[in-house]
Amino acid sequence: MQFPVLSVIAFTPIVAAIFILLIPSDRKTEIRAAALAAATFALGLSVWVYFSYDVQASGYQFVERYSWLPQLGISYFVGVDGMSAPLVLLAGLVMFTGVLISWGVDDRPREFFAFLFILATGVFGVFIALDLFMLFFFYEIAVFPMYLLIAIWGWKVTREYAAMKLTLYLFIGSVIALVGALGMYFASGLGTFDMIALESANFTATFQKIVFPFVFFGFAILGGIFPFHNWSPDGHVAAPTAVSMFHAGVLMKLGAFAALRVGIMLLPEGAKFHMSWIIILTLVNVVYGAFIAFVQTDFKYVIGFSSVSHMGLVLMGFATLTSDGLLGAGVQMFSHGIMTALFFAVVGMVYDQAHTREIPKLGGVRIAMPLVAVAFIIGGLVSMGMPGFSGFVAEFPIFMGLWDSYPWIAWVAVISIVITAAYIIRIIGKVFFGKIPEEFKEHLHDVRALDKVALVVLSAVLIIVGIYPTIMVPMVQSGVENVLRLLGGA
Amino acid sequence: MSLESIIWLIPVPPLLAFFGILLLTFRNRGISHWTAITAAVLSWAASLYVLWQVLEIEHFAEHPITDSIPWLPTGVTWLNIGIYFDTLTAVTLFFVAWTILAIFVYSIGYHNYGQPEGEHDKPGLPPHGATVTDAHGHTKKVMSIEPMYARFFALIGLFAFGMYLLVVTDNLLILFVGWEIMGLCSYLLIGFWYSKISARDAMIKAFMTTRVGDVFMLLGIAYLYSATGSLTYQDTIYNPEVLAQLASAPAVWGIFGLSAAGLIGLLLFFGTIGKSAQWPLHVWLPDAMEGPTPVSAMIHAATMVSAGIYLIIRIFPLLSAGMEHGHLTPTMIVVAFIGTFTALFAATIAVAQKDIKRVLAYSTISQLGFMVAAVGIGAYVAAAFHLVTHAFFKALLFLDSGSVIHGVEHGVMYTDEHIDPQDMFNMGGLRKKMPITFWTFLIGGLALSGFPLVVAGFWSKDEIFADAFAHRYWAVFIALAIAAFLTAFYTGRQITLTFLGKARTRAAEHAHESSWVMTVPLIVLAFFTISVGWAGIPADFPLIGGLIPNWFHEFVGSSLLEHPEAVEFSFVPLLTSLIVALGGLTLGYLVYRKVEVDEPDPLAKVLGPVYTLLENKYYFDELYSYIFVRPAKWVSVSFSYYFLDRKVIDGLLHVVGMFVGIVGSFLRNYIDKPLVNGLGDFVGESTKKIGIQSRLIQSGRVQQYMIVGLATLAAFVVLIYYLVVGAR
Amino acid sequence: MEFISDHLLTLILFTPVISAVILMFIAGDQDKLIRWVALVLSLIPLTLTIYLWVNFNPDQPGFQFQEYYTWYSPINASFHVGVDGISLTMVLLTTLLTPLCILASFTIKDRVKTYMILFFLLQMGMLGVFLSLDLLIFFVFWEFGLVPMYFLINQWGSEKGTRTIFGRTINARTYASYKFIIYTMAGSLGLLLAIQMIGVVTGTFDLIELFQMWPSVEGVVLGIPVSTLKAAAFWAFVLAFAIKVPVWPFHTWLPDAHTEAPTAGSMILAGVLLKLGGYGFLRFVLPLYPVESQRYAIILGFLAVMGIIWGAFSAYGQTDFKRLVAYSSVNHMGFVVLGIAAAAYAINTQDATIALEGAVLQMFNHGLSAAAMFFLVGVLYERTHTRDLDKYGGLFALIPVYGAILIFTSMASLGLPGLNGFISEFLVVRGVWPIFTLFTILSMLGLFFTGAYILKGIKGVLHGPLNKNWIGHITEINPREVLVIAPLMILMLWIGVWPAWILDVINKAVIWFYQIN
Repeated sequence: MQFPVLSVIAFTPIVAAIFILLIPSDRKTEIRAAALAAATFALGLSVWVYFSYDVQASGYQFVERYSWLPQLGISYFVGVDGMSAPLVLLAGLVMFTGVLISWGVDDRPREFFAFLFILATGVFGVFIALDLFMLFFFYEIAVFPMYLLIAIWGWKVTREYAAMKLTLYLFIGSVIALVGALGMYFASGLGTFDMIALESANFTATFQKIVFPFVFFGFAILGGIFPFHNWSPDGHVAAPTAVSMFHAGVLMKLGAFAALRVGIMLLPEGAKFHMSWIIILTLVNVVYGAFIAFVQTDFKYVIGFSSVSHMGLVLMGFATLTSDGLLGAGVQMFSHGIMTALFFAVVGMVYDQAHTREIPKLGGVRIAMPLVAVAFIIGGLVSMGMPGFSGFVAEFPIFMGLWDSYPWIAWVAVISIVITAAYIIRIIGKVFFGKIPEEFKEHLHDVRALDKVALVVLSAVLIIVGIYPTIMVPMVQSGVENVLRLLGGA
Repeated sequence: MSLESIIWLIPVPPLLAFFGILLLTFRNRGISHWTAITAAVLSWAASLYVLWQVLEIEHFAEHPITDSIPWLPTGVTWLNIGIYFDTLTAVTLFFVAWTILAIFVYSIGYHNYGQPEGEHDKPGLPPHGATVTDAHGHTKKVMSIEPMYARFFALIGLFAFGMYLLVVTDNLLILFVGWEIMGLCSYLLIGFWYSKISARDAMIKAFMTTRVGDVFMLLGIAYLYSATGSLTYQDTIYNPEVLAQLASAPAVWGIFGLSAAGLIGLLLFFGTIGKSAQWPLHVWLPDAMEGPTPVSAMIHAATMVSAGIYLIIRIFPLLSAGMEHGHLTPTMIVVAFIGTFTALFAATIAVAQKDIKRVLAYSTISQLGFMVAAVGIGAYVAAAFHLVTHAFFKALLFLDSGSVIHGVEHGVMYTDEHIDPQDMFNMGGLRKKMPITFWTFLIGGLALSGFPLVVAGFWSKDEIFADAFAHRYWAVFIALAIAAFLTAFYTGRQITLTFLGKARTRAAEHAHESSWVMTVPLIVLAFFTISVGWAGIPADFPLIGGLIPNWFHEFVGSSLLEHPEAVEFSFVPLLTSLIVALGGLTLGYLVYRKVEVDEPDPLAKVLGPVYTLLENKYYFDELYSYIFVRPAKWVSVSFSYYFLDRKVIDGLLHVVGMFVGIVGSFLRNYIDKPLVNGLGDFVGESTKKIGIQSRLIQSGRVQQYMIVGLATLAAFVVLIYYLVVGAR
Repeated sequence: MEFISDHLLTLILFTPVISAVILMFIAGDQDKLIRWVALVLSLIPLTLTIYLWVNFNPDQPGFQFQEYYTWYSPINASFHVGVDGISLTMVLLTTLLTPLCILASFTIKDRVKTYMILFFLLQMGMLGVFLSLDLLIFFVFWEFGLVPMYFLINQWGSEKGTRTIFGRTINARTYASYKFIIYTMAGSLGLLLAIQMIGVVTGTFDLIELFQMWPSVEGVVLGIPVSTLKAAAFWAFVLAFAIKVPVWPFHTWLPDAHTEAPTAGSMILAGVLLKLGGYGFLRFVLPLYPVESQRYAIILGFLAVMGIIWGAFSAYGQTDFKRLVAYSSVNHMGFVVLGIAAAAYAINTQDATIALEGAVLQMFNHGLSAAAMFFLVGVLYERTHTRDLDKYGGLFALIPVYGAILIFTSMASLGLPGLNGFISEFLVVRGVWPIFTLFTILSMLGLFFTGAYILKGIKGVLHGPLNKNWIGHITEINPREVLVIAPLMILMLWIGVWPAWILDVINKAVIWFYQIN
């Protein structure tokens, strides 16, 4: 039998976590080294998966299946298709860079990395799960450590509130989704959680129409859909850097991806029925998020709300239910993941030294840390959909999808692009180029080499995908084909 | 070398001189002026040679020399440019070549070549003179050389190029090129002493005023081009079919009921109004004397203003297109009116001017008015004739006045008087001091005032009268007669004040004759001032008529489509011109014969307020500054920039920008926080207990977290399990 | 050699990027080295372009030196480049101005490396717009060009000066750069939407196909009547390009951006960036929307005339020399748009051909003269540190050579016959006259005031009594600066005296591209 690469990727983190917990807590360097090693290993494998995925063949690949609870039709069933393969890579990248960025975490690093890795396992698991139960299982594993990571290592001022809010939203969300999922399980009468099987369960239209909202919203909450988005900015702000990176970079994708996998793919009729109004919510996400980000003065809140806006685009892409829209959404998940990870990394680096995130108080950061400035600019260009960067490659098809389905949505949504540009450029101008305040003059210094590595890796990915979309687009397209097939052609 | 190629080459030498001086020789004055002079001589020789050759050609007038090359690709066709040499070109070239050469040579002396450099002289200001110490240790102030000597010759070189180009070309586009190049040169030369505020303003005034005409002219060219698909003379204005078609076609929007030809002609005529300083665009010419005197001569005689007249004579067929049995076309009426009015109007102003050059300036405007009027009434040949004669005597007069001023300035240097060396009331009795200048000036003056028989001015002016009379354009005839009278009067006044009587200032006493470089050109010009007249003596003129055939009329007239018949002789116009000329001169002499030092102008007593009005040129400058210049400034600064751009447009943008901010904070503060967050906070509130417990937990150890975590997870698994099993 | 001629356009397009990468590997403190390397590298695209010009066959209709690579397969967007006579002239302009700008930037002291890198990226962006034959690729370069320009203005612009908006006083260059990028991006939103819409409707972004397909699309798509859709898309295109050109009343970003930008920035901004807008009209609006263009040509023409007139007036109203020159761009580009509008109205006539020729040549000419003017302003500014016309005075006496060059350039920009400006303006006027007679007449007002503000500039700088403060403080223009300006002056004169060499290329391209016969 072939090498179970996906499982290895998925379980590397948790094994590493356990291993790390065995290391005495005062051996910080070893802990970090171990973490880095594990992350690198996972990244390497996910890269390998990404590039050895056969686009022509499409479909689910690297499939592994072991029956687990046969009487319940639960089996350990994993595999990736064109949609999830990039996300696995994404998770790998964020994990790797997250570890690099967290090198400086000095407060109980052992536990920190352990939780981070548990989270990672959950994330990988969701992306590769082909079994509904597995998906939920990993989902919970992913969501749960967030609470502790934020509540313990977070920003003193709001961590309680934020952590609690986040956990509640997400658990409630998952419960709602779970209800829907169980509904499907029973309604299908197949007695299996195997999603591929469920795909062909052809539920009745009425059933789909009833259940779809549960499933979709249950997950979409984690995707930050309006009006359930508010846990995310608060969460971002409170979370420590690496966690924010995971949170915005991967966790939100988790929601969106699950909403696609479980919601749209299993309940296509329901999707067709409900998307016409859901798309308006996503529109609100996009525009509203942008507007609010525009007026934030807290650096991290700006990024937080920009994530709301961008995730809105992902869900909007789904909601179009068109080839272009889904394609765009798929790329956007990856692109936004990398971009926002980069953003939060940068914000963290600035905050660690300036000890403030108030934009008006900051200035002239580029003088101390030029590379950080460059990285942020690249991230910014991506987020304002500047051509030549991955953001454009992602957003362009989404809008084409809109033209194909709800043209007027496109006309409104496009406003967000220029507003995004407005606040991004303002931040670039003020924080990185503006006059450097006296109090920073001396004690701002350049970032660690490891941080630089992280920044360079993330920026490079954004640019490569931007100027050479062929590296990712066909793969996502093959995934989209699959979705479209379920949606009945189109 | 074929005639064509020579004609092609006529304009080239001055251009080469311009670049040569500017790029290479500008450091060495001698080489610079020699470059310029050589160039002028070459063009002069070429012109005269061609002229000589064409006189040999049979039916030359019917078959002008033409040659052309493709220049602009315009869609599938090309716009060709080339040369066109007919009789009009010939006569124009004749006076252009001579006057330009004369002026070039004269300039050497005028700019004090060979004199020392003034210790206080600066580029951009006229030389202030230098103090030299002679062998006996006496220091005395002498004229100093122009600091920007080389630059001057470069610029007049370009100026000459512009004129030659304009004359030899075969199409209106290149004519316009030469036209504008001259505009630039006049701008640069009027402001040659650019540091003088007055010069600086004059240069801009000249350029902008003429530009008013030019933009209309450009329209005219565009119109003609789009109407006929060509701009060459032979294909458009000298092509009967095209003309007929233009004359019959109505103008755009049938404006003023003009024919296409009429409107095109009118638009082009605006160009003339500007360049030839006709009312109402005359204001720039008098100020143009801010430049060095040779430049004034250049502008007033050899090149610029003559170009304007040359243009309307050139396009005469266009103006007169559709003219049947002696009824003037609307366009011609306009032309005639402008010309006549200007002639009279400028003459009246000239009467009350004190500055020797200013008088001449207004006389130019007035004389140009004569020519324009002549064209207007169809006296095409007469206009051309007067153009030639005027060019000679006006060049002569200006160079003379320059020589006079030079002489008086020398006196000023000598005596250190603080007087205006150009004010005629500071002169007097220069006759003996500067004999050559005096005699040549006298010849010029008589020509200007149309003194009978001797001088060219008489014949040309007489022909205009004759024409106006013969075709019964009484208004024109009378107005011009009065103008002519005034002309004679102020010329008499000028000669009297300047040369006759006795010196009214010590400076004038110590004036002395200019060097030969300056006087030789004067003599040459004086010769032509007399002789060119003989070329146009009407055949049936009493006594001397027919001694010399009216060559000019035959020669130039025959270049027209239909040959204009020479008007039959009548004594009325002849007598009129005799009376006005002699009467004016005598009156001028009598009034100003014995004006004493510091005595006001006798005329002021007679005319009173009218005199002030004339002295201030009818306040046209003030008027224009009120109704054009200031509003323009206001519109550009206050309206266009501050109001329109800064307030309205930018204001709009800023409001939009602000709007985004407002919407953003509204959403955040009135929707997001209260409503959306409300939900979350409600949940948060309701679970505060958990919050508290969680706070307790944090102090604990990892194992506890693990337990909590696994417990939660286990709970879910169990839940699901029982749900499922329960379902079984 | 084979390789070069096969990939000529890609080479021209991406040499700047390679140059930028090369610069990255030079130590940041090696200012002198960086400058010279940058200059030498910037000469490569120029050389290639000259090679391109020589091997370009004007008589052969169609796009030449085409190259085609797949880029974004799922939405049928491909990397497709090619040149015709119109883009060729623009490419020449770009590759010519860049080395001059770099040479002009030798006085930049601050972060030379970054500066040069940005400049190369900017050049790449501009070249891309002119070369791309794919709507999406075009948009990519179109937007991308903004970024380096933004930083050039924002970082290397003039430190002095502030603007007060709603009581908040902000640094002028910050304001200008922000306005520049946001305004232009906002303007491009419609373009983006329209491009997406076209892509959805036709299923391709390839221009050569679109030229055939798009105008003939009819009926109802996306539930909207095509006529409405096209009209909307037309205006979206027009708005984007109008802001770039800029057409009155969308021009107010320009004076600010120009005034605050560093010298070379203004040079390239006025020299090439504005041309992107005009090129957009020529390459996209006219062929893609023949019907709409004709229908709305009058409005466009009207705005163009407004630009000509108010641009001239506002320029005349300035006391800031650089701002004066900036407004002159509004005035001059007005003629470009006027020509295009007229041509759109009466396409397939000889008048249209002449108007279009005029417009294209006017773009090229304005590129030369505006760049030269801004450079001269910069030269003066570096010496006097003021741009206030009232503060100079009589400098001609101190810096005659500079003075002569300034007069020459000013006259070219004024449209003096014998220099380049006149040819194009005459062609436009001639072409427009029979189509929009009234507009032509009105535009003469602008032409007149062009003279007024040009002379105002010369008067303020060179003429009048010498301002004693400058004696000994101002130095004559130096050889390097002469080297920058000389090529421009030569071209101005050359085109003015013998325009056929470039006009013929443009002419044939125009005839082919707009199927005029």
